[in-house]
Amino acid sequence: MAEANHYLALAAVIFAIGLAGVVAKRNILVVFMCVELMLNAANLTFLAFARAQGTMQGHAIAFFVIAVAAAEAAVGLAIVIAVFRTRGTLWMDEVSSLKN
Amino acid sequence: MADRAELLVFWILAVPLLVSSVGVVVSRNPVNAAISLVAAFFFLAGIYVLLVAHLVAFLQVLVYAGAIMVVFLFVIMLLALRDENLKEARLKAMQWAGIAGAAGVAVVVAQAIQAAGRMPWKTVGPEFGTVRAVGKLLFTQYLLPFEATSVLLLVAIVGAVVVAKPRI
Repeated sequence: MAEANHYLALAAVIFAIGLAGVVAKRNILVVFMCVELMLNAANLTFLAFARAQGTMQGHAIAFFVIAVAAAEAAVGLAIVIAVFRTRGTLWMDEVSSLKN
Repeated sequence: MADRAELLVFWILAVPLLVSSVGVVVSRNPVNAAISLVAAFFFLAGIYVLLVAHLVAFLQVLVYAGAIMVVFLFVIMLLALRDENLKEARLKAMQWAGIAGAAGVAVVVAQAIQAAGRMPWKTVGPEFGTVRAVGKLLFTQYLLPFEATSVLLLVAIVGAVVVAKPRI
């Protein structure tokens, strides 16, 4: 029987994988990719609910999520380039000016 | 019969999707992680088609697997990563705690989904998920967010150029 629960469970697992990557990885680029994975899991949830309810509001929200993810990737990767240029590292642990 | 076929296609797409998602997290080289992520985006697009979201599936391939991942790979190659930038340190206790927390999130959400009970599909018309229908929605109910998105993208372009430039 086809139902939304499978899709929601899949989205939850992908979200958890992305979350684990965000907290465990130390390379800024890979952390970024894991954030994209989490955004996609949220999109999958929106689309599964849209299909289950038979309404299309979820499709519009997914469209906006994709647009915001594009903007986020552009700005975030620019920051990665700026950090690498000034500090020569991609490690999150070594970028800690605000900590001290 | 159609339900069985849909479930079969779902699993055919879901298992590689999970494998490539795990590949993003466990691979040591960022290039391998990026390629795994591209694969994950393609499988997700297939699942979107299964959910009758044709426009979003198309945008997923075009914007995510196309544009965003090309930017990622360009940045990886621009930075000319040396070996000492690639090796991951051993996981600290805090990171293991974080991974356990992520697993906890998955368990809690799975419990919530189970508690919510079965959510069978509603029958949808042939218009559902087409460019025409989603476009109509975007230009009527979601007109203001749609226009705000264009401003957001413009700000992101200018901001990316300003931040990445060596000297302004």
